Amino acid sequence: MLEQQLVNALTLGSVYALFALGFTLVFGVLAVINLSHGAVFMVGSYAAALVVTHFEAPLWVGLLAAMVISGLIGLAIDVVILKRLRARKAPHLIPMIATIGVTIVITSAAQGLFGVEVQRFPEEMLPAGDFTVGDVHVRALELGIIAVSFLLMAVLFFALRRTQLGRALRAIAESPKAASLLGINVEGLFHLTSFTAAALGGVAGALISLNFNAITPFMGQPMLHKGIAVIILGGMGDIRGALIGGLFLGFAEVMSKAYISSQMGDAVAFGLLFLVLLIRPSGLFGRVLERKA
Amino acid sequence: MEGFSDFWSTYSTLIFTVGIHALLALSIWLTLACGLLSLANAAFMGIGAYTAALLTVNLGWPFPVVLAAGALAPVLVALTIGVPTLRLSGVYLAMATLAFGEVSRVIILNLDVTGGPEGLNGIPLVTEGWHIVLVLAVVGYGLARLRRSRVGRAFEAIKEDEVAARLMGINVDRHKLFAFTLGAGLAGLAGALNAHYTFFISPREYGFENAVDILTMTVLGGISSLIGPVLGATILTLLPELLRFLHDYRLAVNGVILILVVLFLPTGLWDSRRIRAWFAGRSQK
Amino acid sequence: MSMLSIRNVGKHFGGLQVLQDVSFEVPGGSIFGLIGPNGAGKTTVFNLVTGLLQASAGTIVFQGRDLAGEAPHLITRLGIARTFQNIRIFKEMTLLENVMVGMHHLVDYGPVALFFATPTCREAERRARERALELLSWVKLDHKALLTADNLSYGEQRKLEFARALATEPKLLLLDEPVAGMNPAEKDVLMDEIRNIRDRGYGVFLIEHDMRFVMGLCDRIAVLNFGRIIAEGAPEEIRNHPDVIEAYLGREDDAA
Repeated sequence: MLEQQLVNALTLGSVYALFALGFTLVFGVLAVINLSHGAVFMVGSYAAALVVTHFEAPLWVGLLAAMVISGLIGLAIDVVILKRLRARKAPHLIPMIATIGVTIVITSAAQGLFGVEVQRFPEEMLPAGDFTVGDVHVRALELGIIAVSFLLMAVLFFALRRTQLGRALRAIAESPKAASLLGINVEGLFHLTSFTAAALGGVAGALISLNFNAITPFMGQPMLHKGIAVIILGGMGDIRGALIGGLFLGFAEVMSKAYISSQMGDAVAFGLLFLVLLIRPSGLFGRVLERKA
Repeated sequence: MEGFSDFWSTYSTLIFTVGIHALLALSIWLTLACGLLSLANAAFMGIGAYTAALLTVNLGWPFPVVLAAGALAPVLVALTIGVPTLRLSGVYLAMATLAFGEVSRVIILNLDVTGGPEGLNGIPLVTEGWHIVLVLAVVGYGLARLRRSRVGRAFEAIKEDEVAARLMGINVDRHKLFAFTLGAGLAGLAGALNAHYTFFISPREYGFENAVDILTMTVLGGISSLIGPVLGATILTLLPELLRFLHDYRLAVNGVILILVVLFLPTGLWDSRRIRAWFAGRSQK
Repeated sequence: MSMLSIRNVGKHFGGLQVLQDVSFEVPGGSIFGLIGPNGAGKTTVFNLVTGLLQASAGTIVFQGRDLAGEAPHLITRLGIARTFQNIRIFKEMTLLENVMVGMHHLVDYGPVALFFATPTCREAERRARERALELLSWVKLDHKALLTADNLSYGEQRKLEFARALATEPKLLLLDEPVAGMNPAEKDVLMDEIRNIRDRGYGVFLIEHDMRFVMGLCDRIAVLNFGRIIAEGAPEEIRNHPDVIEAYLGREDDAA
């Protein structure tokens, strides 16, 4: 039974980590708390479901669609809104407020377009079958979600740590001005980061909606809150922190739902978050918010 | 007189709601005046509403006492969480207040005494229009006095440059706590008044979306003067009524407004400086 | 009796030792200068004295009182005021309001008096306003009292910061590069104003790069190099001190 819960926890946690990575990427590189990350998460779910349902495409195409469409939205937000605010050197809270506005628009649009009823993936498109290892019953679906999440995260980690691009991004995270003096195309990389982060959020949405087979226009908000909890737990702007924080939250949530009460799952996330903020606001691996210009 | 009565009975709820929203917008204004972004004011409103409603329904206490309790409860909570969280800088504080708001909502959702997800029913309809008018007048006066005093100047200084403010001899932490707790009290008062007007309250009314609504009103109106929040509240309360034909997309308008204001009108609709400059420019022609 | 005693003060940030065994005495009623090449640690000393940073070692004593662990706003109330290298006035407030902010801890009335606009409160505000105008007239900015501070030229902003610092009723005024960006005529005017301040009884402690300014103005000078004091004394002693000359070797552009 415990092992079963662990599998659930790993499934949930890996997607939480994926989502949080996108969130923290934007924070680390653009120094913006992008509260529209929940909205692109939701859009990703709808995109995947639509592609799979209406075009009868295989699941992996759905996931790709989720990444591309959400990514484009993230890019649009950066180009249309965030870029203008950067030019104006607006204080930190302003871009955050703007992304709240974006969330409202996107959520409202989804509500209008798709209605509020729960959408689902057609049963036959979901990977069937399961594996049994000892007492543990793992659905092929769960295995797939864990695999995809970790694969994407591995690619991201590799890109950040081992490539020139990753080095450039880390330079920008330290100091955009210094980075541009080194000849790095800072604006271009801001756009790329926004796209990538939203793409990760979108595919996370698709994966979660596959896991629970439920999509609504409102699924972005609670996920956003969890994402905030994760990156504060793990430290804002820190990639490892997002991974570990995400897994940790997945475990905490599943364990409290299983062993305490099903309603307390959400409260646990926020309770933990609040405690961390009081005791160690920089989180487990955090970096200081103020960075050099 | 006839015409006025008719007008009133049709629109009194709307006007009352404008008043409540104005009070809430002023509570956010107070924290923004000090450079703080609190996303917890909707939760504080909820705490005030539930405290007052439960006292009336379960203990039958007199209305003024219940209102005072509704204002006091969130003040105490704000004091408790404010001391550690106000040490955090802008964005961290916003996140902490957001987290706190969600924790409150979940707690209310899960307590039996609050009626859980079904909400609290049967609250006596005690609030009258003049209550909100009186409260707004007193609060408006108080905040206007505050702005012109050393406290108001201290807030402005803290908002612009915290370090310089400290070096002026200003106890920044205490001022921030004051703004935060007083804002919480105002939000709680609004909640208490509202609960006794709408007969029914539920946790859904005090969540993150509501906090964002209030923030939008304040940002739209502008924080350079007290008129801004009231103006923003009025517009954003009346606008959905006028835009009923948009159905589900009605809410999108709020989002669009937020984006447009942030991008093109960052100081809000009512910016005293811009207005004065405009008048000065005109008089020279 | 010295007003400010810096004794064996050290400061490190992580592995970086910024100040080491720094000691000097700032007498009251005089003008004391701290000079040294860029990066020597001068502004760090100011940050330590005003409580923005805590010393890693040593003590800082102001009028007999140890400043260790005191919050910046309390240190200001004890009588230390400061201006900044990169001016930190409140750009969205008027000049009058800027100076009145400086008087924050001196204008005393409680919330009740404030709410009811009692005579005590109004009187306190009136006196604060008068004093603020007086200080603005000292720096010849009173005619612009109701303008917003971002309308001022660079030199005027410096003067405003000066007036605002004086508003806190300090006993010791810390000036961080007060003449940066000024032309020689303006510098001479400021030199006179600072002498005026000293003659009125304030202590002045300044950091500067401009040698002519420092030598011409200060009663005593200390020299900081790589976080250590290498010399302290009257201007003539410092001017001819071999260690000081060596520290500044090749930095003739500073001796403008």
